[in-house]
Order: sequence, then C-alpha cells, then structure tokens
Amino acid sequence: MGKTKETFQGSSGYVASPELLSAVNIAMTLEKPLLLKGEPGTGKTMLAQSVADSLNAKLFIWNIKSTTKAQDGLYVYDVVQRLYDSQFGGKNVDNIEQYVHLGQVGEAFESEERCILLIDEIDKADLEFPNDLLWELDQMEFTIPQTGRVVKANHRPVIIITSNAEKELPDAFLRRCIFHYIDFPDEDLMRRIIAVHYPDLERNLLDQAIAAFYWVRSLPSIQKKPSTSELIDWIRALTYSGIPYKKIMEEIPFAGVLLKKNEDLDQLEKAKGRRRF
Amino acid sequence: MFLSFFYYLRSVGLDVSLQEWLTLCEALNEGLAGANFMRFYQLCRAILLKSEADFDKFDRAFVEYFRDLADLSGEIPESLMNWLNDPKETPDNYSEEYARLNELLTPEEIEQMLKERIAEQDSEHNGGNYWVGTGGMSAFGNAGNASQGIRVGGKSLYRRALRVAGERKYRDFTKDQALDLRQFQMALRHLRQYSARTDEEKTELNAEKTADATAENAGTLDLVYERPRRNTVKVVMMMDSGGSMEYYSRLCSTLFQAVSKSNRFKDLKIYYFHNCIYQYLYTTPYCSYRNSIPLEQVLKTLPRDYKLIMVGDAEMAPYELMSKNYPSANGRRGLDYLLQVRDHFSNSVWLNPSLGTGYWETPQTYLTIQKEFDMYYLTVENLVKAMKKLIAGR
Repeated sequence: MGKTKETFQGSSGYVASPELLSAVNIAMTLEKPLLLKGEPGTGKTMLAQSVADSLNAKLFIWNIKSTTKAQDGLYVYDVVQRLYDSQFGGKNVDNIEQYVHLGQVGEAFESEERCILLIDEIDKADLEFPNDLLWELDQMEFTIPQTGRVVKANHRPVIIITSNAEKELPDAFLRRCIFHYIDFPDEDLMRRIIAVHYPDLERNLLDQAIAAFYWVRSLPSIQKKPSTSELIDWIRALTYSGIPYKKIMEEIPFAGVLLKKNEDLDQLEKAKGRRRF
Repeated sequence: MFLSFFYYLRSVGLDVSLQEWLTLCEALNEGLAGANFMRFYQLCRAILLKSEADFDKFDRAFVEYFRDLADLSGEIPESLMNWLNDPKETPDNYSEEYARLNELLTPEEIEQMLKERIAEQDSEHNGGNYWVGTGGMSAFGNAGNASQGIRVGGKSLYRRALRVAGERKYRDFTKDQALDLRQFQMALRHLRQYSARTDEEKTELNAEKTADATAENAGTLDLVYERPRRNTVKVVMMMDSGGSMEYYSRLCSTLFQAVSKSNRFKDLKIYYFHNCIYQYLYTTPYCSYRNSIPLEQVLKTLPRDYKLIMVGDAEMAPYELMSKNYPSANGRRGLDYLLQVRDHFSNSVWLNPSLGTGYWETPQTYLTIQKEFDMYYLTVENLVKAMKKLIAGR
C-alpha cells in the first residue's frame, strides 16, 4: 500500500479517549464516514475541528435542520436570480454555471486538498435524509443536471457525522459508517479536559468543583444531567466570583449554570438538605 | 476459525451484515488492529456495531468467544486496576490481619504474586486466603473480601480486551426490542393530509403560475410564491398505563416514542388513563391526582377533527367497565365515558398490544370494547392499516 498514512493523535485543544482516537483512525484508513453518538456536551462537534486542526486540513460544516434536504448539501440552483437577471440584463444568463452554488458537500468534494466534512446532527433531518445521501457518500460524486457537470471528489474527504439519537437512522446508511459512542468522561479524563481549558487552575478549586459536579450528576432525580461544557462554564463562573473553594461543595453556587431546568434546581435544593458529609 | 466469529455474532442476535464483515477484513488487512487484542476489540466494535444498545450484547459474545483463546495464551494483562476497592464485608472469613497485609501491597506486587500463584495453583479454590478463587481473603479472585486486589473472572484470567468487554459497561442500553422504532415511524407516515392552508410564509416558487403571471404582465417578471404543503393532521393519543399494561410497556414506549418523535403532525396531545377512562385524564403515566385534568375540559379544548388513537389492552375487572357504582365513575359506566370520547372525535382507532388470548379465556371487557372500537392488534402491519383507517374515516 503506497498510501501515506496520517493518524490523528488528538490536539492540544481537545482531549480524546484512546477509543475515540482509534475510531477516528479506523474511519480515516478505511475511508468511511465516522458516525458519532453520545450525550449532549461530550464534544462530538468539537472533534471535527480538532481533527481538522491536527491534520491541518480545511473543515466544512454542514449543519442539519429539520427542513434540510439532501440536495442542499450538494448544490443549489438559484433559478429566481437567473429569472431576475434575464429581466434586467447585465449578466449573461446563458451561463447556467453561475447560478449553481455548491453546498458544503460539493465544496468539500471540489477542495484541492483533503479536507474534513462535518455533517452535524444528522438526526434532525427527515427520516429519509440519510438514504438520499448514500450514493453521493459512497461514490464521492454527483451530477448537476442543469449543467451536466459532474462533481467528483479530488480527495476523499474525512467525513464525520454526529447524531443525538433523536431519530433512528436507516440500516443501509449505518452499514456504511464506522460507529463510535462517546462515553461521558470519567474523572481522570475530565481533569485532562479541564486542564486544557484552564491550564493554571487552583488544585483545591478543581477538586471541589469536580466532586460537586459528579455528585450533582449522580442525583437520580435530575432530569437533564449537566455535561462537560456546562462544567467548563461553571468553573469559569467560580473562578471569576472568587468564592472560597470550601464553599463550593457546601453551597453549589451558580447552580443555574449547571442545571437548566427549574425542576432540576428544586431537586438540587432538596438533595442538598438531605445529604451528609 | 475467524469466519465462525461472524456466524457466532449473528447467532447471538447481532445483525452483522456481510458488508460490515468485509470492511472488518479490509481493516485487518490494513493492519489496523496490529498485534494488539485491545485494538482488535475496538476495531470490531467500531465497524460491526451501529448502536450503543448493542454494546452489551457484543461484549458478552466477545468474551464468550475469545475466552478460550485467552486461556491458551495465558498472558498477564499489562495493567490491572484494583477492582475490589469497594469491599462488601461478609463476616464469615474476614480477618483484620489479612486486610492490613493486603493493604501494604502495591498493585505491581499483587500482579507479581498473581503470576506466581497462577503457576502454583492447579485446582479450583473457593474461600481461603491464599489461592485464586471466589469468596476468599486473598488479593485475587471474585467476590472476595480483600480491600484491594485483582479480580479473576471465572476460571481464566482475562487479557485486557476481555476484561474491558467483561465489564459490560453498556448494560443500560440493551433493549432487545422486537419491533423497531423506525418501522413504527414509517407506519405513522401514513397518517397525513397535506394542505397548503397553513399560516406559514410563502416560500415555494410556483413555476407555472409565475409563467402565467409574467405573460399577463406583458413579459415583466412576476414571481408567484405559494405556501409549502404541510401535514395538517392533529392527533390525540390516550394510553392506558394500568397494571396489566406493564407487560407491554416496552412495546408501548416504542410506539410512544415513534409518535412523539415523528413531529410530522400539526399537533399532538397525549393523555393517560388507568384501565378505563372516567372523569379525569392524566398528563403523565403515573396517573396521580396532581397531574389530573378533567375529561370535560380536554374534550372542550380539542375540536372534532383531532384523530383519536386509544392504546390499551382493554383488560380490566368487568365492574370497572360496566358498573355505575365504581368510585371514580360518578354514576356512569366506564364504557359510557369511552363512548363519549369516541363519539367526540370524528375518527378513532384502538391499538391493542394484547391479542386478548391470555392464560384464561378472552376477558369480557376485551370483547365489549372490541365491539365498540376499531381495534387493531399492535404490529407494524396493523399500525399501517389503523393509520389508513384514521385518515379514511369510519
């Protein structure tokens, strides 16, 4: 195999577990899309940025909404603009090419160098959406009927797809992906993640904050468990406020940063009354 | 030998396709696993599995299949954690002295001891404080009393990948569900009535009308936009969350998820009842007074054009359905309430997770309700029929 193999080893701004690193490298070697699932806030979207940084490649992000159609990512033919131009003149409307705008997938295919394509939150779209992309992602090419142009990938982009499991994805689509489920980070990994964000955080504050955070997460009555990104915001709030670290576990200040639901905040107050040290 | 792993995975119910298997072979060819068992495990999991719900099943199968292999190689894991740092103190053979001695050992020493001990040991051992076995005070073994040490699962010593697989971290996600959520969602798609009579922005260009308008406008461009067509079906679902429904809870929660996630309906209301509907409906499955809402109020706020989906097994004590003196019935029969709800809406179906054929003969209430409602036994196929019925009307 004469291929040059680049591997992803994580980057300074993103701490990944060994399992995640191996999944990324498997997907890159086999040239298959990597499907990431996991609790919200475990850094699914951040991963693509980090892979792009470490490979020094361009990143294309296609954010999926409930109304997104598969074709939007390939190209958009702006027929209205062409009609207007034909009315008012000024441009040569025979050149259809100028009214065809490539979407994120199209741009990624056309890219001169190998790039990263992130299809973010694919489960937001219609049930049939992933099936509509099968051919394009398999063959890495599509045709624009208006111009007859074939857009073919110069270099197979590294495709990263994230899903929050709001919908089940079709089997045919899943079979083509490498799958990885991002676990919620354990304490060790969490410390490394925080160290990346706050390199010189006071040790005592960190200990207290992490202990309080995992305690809050362990409460069974909490409906929406706080995630990594909330912990990072919370630590920022704690450092700015200058609250003595001894009070963190006792009072859990700024609980609104960790918990977003009123019911959860009430439950936390109750739990604080019940617990023993 | 390797292909049999593929069939083994399929035989335990993992839906691994040939395509995925070939991908795995390709990956092994590329040297992605190297000579490392742990990486081989990760590789298999990443390629062959598509849902965290299957992780547990896979872990079990992996351990089962490769256990013998680990036995043969007899290698000691590179790094062993202290699995027993949370000792459950059982009084029978707990000894202070051994506890202290064990605590003095470093993990490396324990590992070394284990290596020697395994070489010495030639029989099974339970209890005691020296050999590898179960229920003992030695630093190794399963279900032991030592405050730290190495768990040795079963007879063999797992290598690292097997140990990880043996932890079965993903047990929570296992669902073993026969009916697939996606199939339900596809069935629910039949419940649609498209209409452009919505209050949305006009965003879709109508080419034909644009051409006409432009022509009438003497060739000056006149664009005609229209509202996109949307599903206008409104659904009210009432679910039985009574005691006998526990049995079907998985099936019903799949249906519930399919309905609530489909977000294709213009409006969706979900209420709960216990066995039969009386004066109150409930907004959560717990059916407690706190989340009750009077039936009259529900019917007043929901116009006739809502499609009614009843979900329940229609099994209850006969007096719950037929007696006027049932406490919560307020002088009317439970059946009267059901008929009132049915007649309030133009279209209704009853989805039943039960066939009515239980241990005893078909319950009387089942037959009575079946006479009054369009009842469908809940399968994907029947769900499609029921949805078509809902659209077509009675």
